[in-house]
Parts: sequence; structure tokens; C-alpha cells
Amino acid sequence: MILIRLFFEFFKAGLFAIGGGLATLPFLQEISQSTGWFTQQDLMDLIAISESTPGAIGVNAATYAGFHTFGLVGGVVATLGLIAPSVIIIILVSKVLEKFKESRLVEEIFYGLRPASTGLIAAAGFSVVLATLVNLNGLTSDPAGAFNWFGIVLALILYWAIKRWNRHPVLYIGASAVIGIGAGYLHLFG
Amino acid sequence: MKKLWDMFLTFARIGGLTFGGGYAMLPMLQREVVEKQGWATEEELADYYAIGQCTPGVIAVNTATFIGYRQAGIIGGIFATLGVVFPSIVIITVIAAFLTNFADLKVIQYAFEGIRVCVCVLIFNAVQKLWKKSVIDQPTMFIFLLVFLVSAGLAVGQSFYPDLFSVSPIVYVVIAGVAGVILHGGNGRKEA
Repeated sequence: MILIRLFFEFFKAGLFAIGGGLATLPFLQEISQSTGWFTQQDLMDLIAISESTPGAIGVNAATYAGFHTFGLVGGVVATLGLIAPSVIIIILVSKVLEKFKESRLVEEIFYGLRPASTGLIAAAGFSVVLATLVNLNGLTSDPAGAFNWFGIVLALILYWAIKRWNRHPVLYIGASAVIGIGAGYLHLFG
Repeated sequence: MKKLWDMFLTFARIGGLTFGGGYAMLPMLQREVVEKQGWATEEELADYYAIGQCTPGVIAVNTATFIGYRQAGIIGGIFATLGVVFPSIVIITVIAAFLTNFADLKVIQYAFEGIRVCVCVLIFNAVQKLWKKSVIDQPTMFIFLLVFLVSAGLAVGQSFYPDLFSVSPIVYVVIAGVAGVILHGGNGRKEA
């Protein structure tokens, strides 16, 4: 019984959270309040863990909350609940798009959508860069200390290395993790 | 069957190697889906992201379903989606069961000081590739700049004024779609 409820609570979150990433968060808060399956503190832990593990944050959150509630099966059921609406809706959208593939109107809409999509991704990337490399609130009081100099140097080296070799992204991620661990133990972060 | 298995594995690799959610997945998708498998073009990726933004659910899942469905129908969509979430289920379950203080471990925090920087650079590189394919003339340049400046400006503003309003991605996508129809000069999409 609780499994069915678990599925539908996360189905709702998957159905109404639009925009990805942390858009799932308010829905998780609501689930936490209405069911008591996990606490606000669990949610905070979950965000920290999601940010330090691979995969989509919404999916990680569903697995974590489901596991807390009903073990391994709970994690799987909650995740399936979260992704079910996406699968259904995207398949419907694909079917419609296929039908209108040759339509001039659809072609024109996508002509406008693509640069907007790129703009949104660029803006999200810009926020991530700022959050990682600059402490905006410390910029006026301590201009030099507000910059993450380790990060800026590493970013420039990585950018050069990616342009130079263009290998699989995971190689650069792995190397960066090792460099981060080394720098951490050498106390290179400000 | 071989193709479905390939799809599951490819998307499991993408899901298991993406740190930081939807946008961070773009460089992985470009590498695995566009360059290696040829299941989609750069333009199509931009399309999927735009649609993924204004349909419900996690963007990673939406994109996986799209590509899987286009390649092998409904079953393909399901396999690709299960692939992309599979690593999360395994990793999070292990962490939730055994490593309750995972995110507090010093070594993990240090590793992520490096990984976060890398994700920034990878996204920047991915955006450059996407930019070349989607910003192709003056009207598209105009749409790109408008969306980027408003969206990034609001995000920066919010770090100073937390109460500042925000605009849903749906608004940008709808306006851009309408602008596309109005501004289109007949030289937009060549082949998708």
C-alpha cells in the first residue's frame, strides 16, 4: 500500500516539476510535510549528496527518499514514479512532432527555440561559473579574496587541455578530482 | 535487441558520469550520442533541451526518452530512460545504506572542488558547440543574447536580492518560438 502511495507522490512531483534540476525540490518539501517519510534535515543531506554524486538531482532525490521510506524497493518505486510522466509526455510530444516534421511552422518555431535553448544553457552555465569561481557577496569587502584563484587557474588549464586533445569528458573530470584532492591536502584553497 | 542494449549502456554511461544534473549532461550527450553513436545532431540536442525545459520532469530523463524513442520507438525510449537512471539508483542506494556522512568526507569535498571547476569548463565548451549550430544569423543572435542576458542577469540579481522575481523557462521558450515564426527569413533550418 505504501509502495503505491510512494509511486504516486513521486509521479506527481515528476508531472508538475518543470524546468529540471532543483525544480523538484519544492515538491519534495511538500511530500516531506504531508507524509513525514523523511525530514527537512534528510532533504538537506540529500541535496549535498546529489551534488556530489553523478546523475540528475531529481532522480537522486527520489531514490534517496524512497530508500529512506521503504528500502531498496522503495528507492526503485519512487524513481519509476518520478520518471513515468516524463516518458509518457515525451513520447506523445515526439509522436506529434513526427507528424508535423515537414511543417514550415514547426521549422520556424525551432529556428527561434534553438538559440533560446542555447541562451538558457549558457545562462545556467554562467551561474555555475560564478558560484564556483567568485564569491559575489564578498566582492566589495575583499575583492581579491572573493575569487577562487585555484579554480580560475585550473579552469584555464582545463580549457586549454580540452581544446588541445578533445578526449572523453570523464577523463577531465577524473583528473580534476585528483587535482582537487591533492590541492585540498596541500591546503591550496583559500 | 542489440540496439536496445547499446542504448541502455550508452545512457547508463551518460547518467553515471554526469555530475551536476541536466546541463552538465550536455557535454556527455555530445560525446556519446552525437559524435560516437550518431543518434542525434547538435541541432536536435538543442531542440530536445528546449522541449525538455517546458515539459514536466527531469531534463536528463526527457532527453533520454526523446533520443531512445526516435531511435527505436516506445521500447527504445523506455530502455534509454532506464539506462540514464540506473547508475543513480545504484549509487544513491549504496550511499544511503552505508555512507550516511558521505558528503562530509574531506576527500569527497576536495575532489568536488576540482570536479565543479571541470564541470564549468565542460559546459562552456558544450555551449560553444551548440552556439555554432543554433546562432546562425542576426535574428538568432538577437534571441540568444536576449535570453542569455535576461536569464543570467536575473540569476546574478537574485544572489544580491533573494526576493527578486524569476522567469520560468517556459516563458522564454514560448516567446522564442513566436519570435522564430516572426523573424524567420527562410534560411533557418537546413536538415534535422
